[in-house]
Amino acid sequence: MDYAIQQVLNALSFGAEYALLALGLAIVFSIMGLVNFAHGEIIAAGGYSMFAITSLLTGNPFVVIVGALLVAVLASVLLERVAFRPVRYADASTGLLTAFGVSMILQNLFLLLVSPRPIAITNLYFLNWPIEVAGVQISTLQVFETVTTAIAICLLVVFLKKSSFGIAMRAASLDFEMVRLMGIRANRVVAVAFAVSGLLAGLACIFIMARRGSVDPTFGFNPVLKAFVACVLGGFGSLPGAVLGGFLLGAIEVGMLVLLPQSYGGMKEAFVFGIVALILVWRPDGILSPAVEKGDKL
Amino acid sequence: MLELHNVRVYHGPIEAVHGLSVSVSEGQCVVLLGPNGAGKTSTLSAIAGVASSRGQITFNGHDLEGLSIEERQRLGIALAPEGRRIFSNLSVRENLLIGAATRTDRPGVASDIDYWFSTFPVLHERSDQAAGTLSGGEQQMLTIARALMSKPRILLLDEPSLGLAPLICKQIFALIDSLKAQGMTILLVEQNVRDALQLADYGYMLNSGNLMSEGDRETLSRQGASMSTLTGINHT
Ligand SMILES: Nc1ncnc2c1ncn2[C@@H]1O[C@H](COP(=O)(O)OP(=O)(O)OP(=O)(O)O)[C@@H](O)[C@H]1O
Ligand SMILES: [Mg+2]
Repeated sequence: MDYAIQQVLNALSFGAEYALLALGLAIVFSIMGLVNFAHGEIIAAGGYSMFAITSLLTGNPFVVIVGALLVAVLASVLLERVAFRPVRYADASTGLLTAFGVSMILQNLFLLLVSPRPIAITNLYFLNWPIEVAGVQISTLQVFETVTTAIAICLLVVFLKKSSFGIAMRAASLDFEMVRLMGIRANRVVAVAFAVSGLLAGLACIFIMARRGSVDPTFGFNPVLKAFVACVLGGFGSLPGAVLGGFLLGAIEVGMLVLLPQSYGGMKEAFVFGIVALILVWRPDGILSPAVEKGDKL
Repeated sequence: MLELHNVRVYHGPIEAVHGLSVSVSEGQCVVLLGPNGAGKTSTLSAIAGVASSRGQITFNGHDLEGLSIEERQRLGIALAPEGRRIFSNLSVRENLLIGAATRTDRPGVASDIDYWFSTFPVLHERSDQAAGTLSGGEQQMLTIARALMSKPRILLLDEPSLGLAPLICKQIFALIDSLKAQGMTILLVEQNVRDALQLADYGYMLNSGNLMSEGDRETLSRQGASMSTLTGINHT
């Protein structure tokens, strides 16, 4: 029983992390049609900023966390301004190549300007300590992660449903030009999308750091890969799909860990992707792919 | 109020309109007629800033050259586009709200929404439903209402009667008529020559990107026979 509860929490916290990451990709994609592979480097930028704040200012974890969130938001908005805005109205493959290019440039900048080796950042370990609840051993990080993600998702839903900017963003995911024809400034909508995406990346960065305790130039590669898979699984461009895909991916991963015999441990990822592939055979566009416009558009 | 001088409209390398001059004065209803592919939508797109163009377009003394779509809208140009393009994933109310995105007077916006709900009770009944579930005619009404929510100075209306049943068409034309009576400046694109001319103070007849003729209601009506052969719509 304890074991089952532990594994459910495991799945939830993995899923929460993937959902945060996938939402960050999906919110930009839904509006711009851009798969921002540089999302991983925004996460890494958050990680390096923790190092910078700790060594230059203070090791106070509160300052480190807020600083990393700010840096992730700024990095994301800046990236849009510098790299993606010039190719905004170009075709999708140009955007994709730009994102890859930006991702590589940033990785190399981290490598050259900071260090090719991992840098330890240990002042977030305090988020992660074991506690016993009703006789079950769990980690606080898992609880923080799941709860924070749930709060972030709720706030995002309120923002998208209630604020006029949120309504404009939902409209832009359907017909960006029509949103501009309503007098809403395209640059603002896109900047807010990247800011939200950066904030979600920053949140994910905190939890990844609390678990890993170090940052290196490829810090963001694995997270963005997982986010991409979660988005594909849930239906690219759908925000509920990103959340569902994230939690589903977490559940599949933990399921594989539990079910696979120890000797197959190294093949966990292969089994995970195998299951993802099977789901995609069943739903080629992802589980909650955004509805295609039906009927005549006259 | 709106002046087009020798305007050429481009879709990439294709020139869709080859030098058109159009003039719309305040409070006028001007109609652009012409068969499919004549360049009517292209002309409206150039005014709204959606399609690139050469030549001069001025609005209320502002040269529109170089202005973005949103800047033109903020000068008071509202487009109710061909194909309606309502936000089908938003509710009816949200469609109206987003139409008023550039306004800051919240009570005014709320009372305008109430006005449209009383004008079109069906929009009121379905105010919280996804706009995509509305019928074609209801969507057209929503499109016009959404465009007017910004309190524009000119309304560009692209084939509002397209694909709608005669009874609904009548409602739409009645709405345009009442807008006109309220003093709204309208540039209307229509293939429904007879109904459009009844509303129009002045009209332009296009074919394959060229101006064929222009004139007031009587002049164009007299040329009705030749027009009906062009548009394929019976002019009675
Ligand atoms: N996005 C586009 N890309 C390329 N060519 C286009 C595009 N839009 C319109 N055209 C071309 O420009 C010309 C004029 O088209 P336009 O849509 O302005 O005609 P229209 O008078 O509005 O016709 P309809 O009554 O069918 O709506 C046509 O030859 C059309 O093929
Ligand atoms: Mg047209």
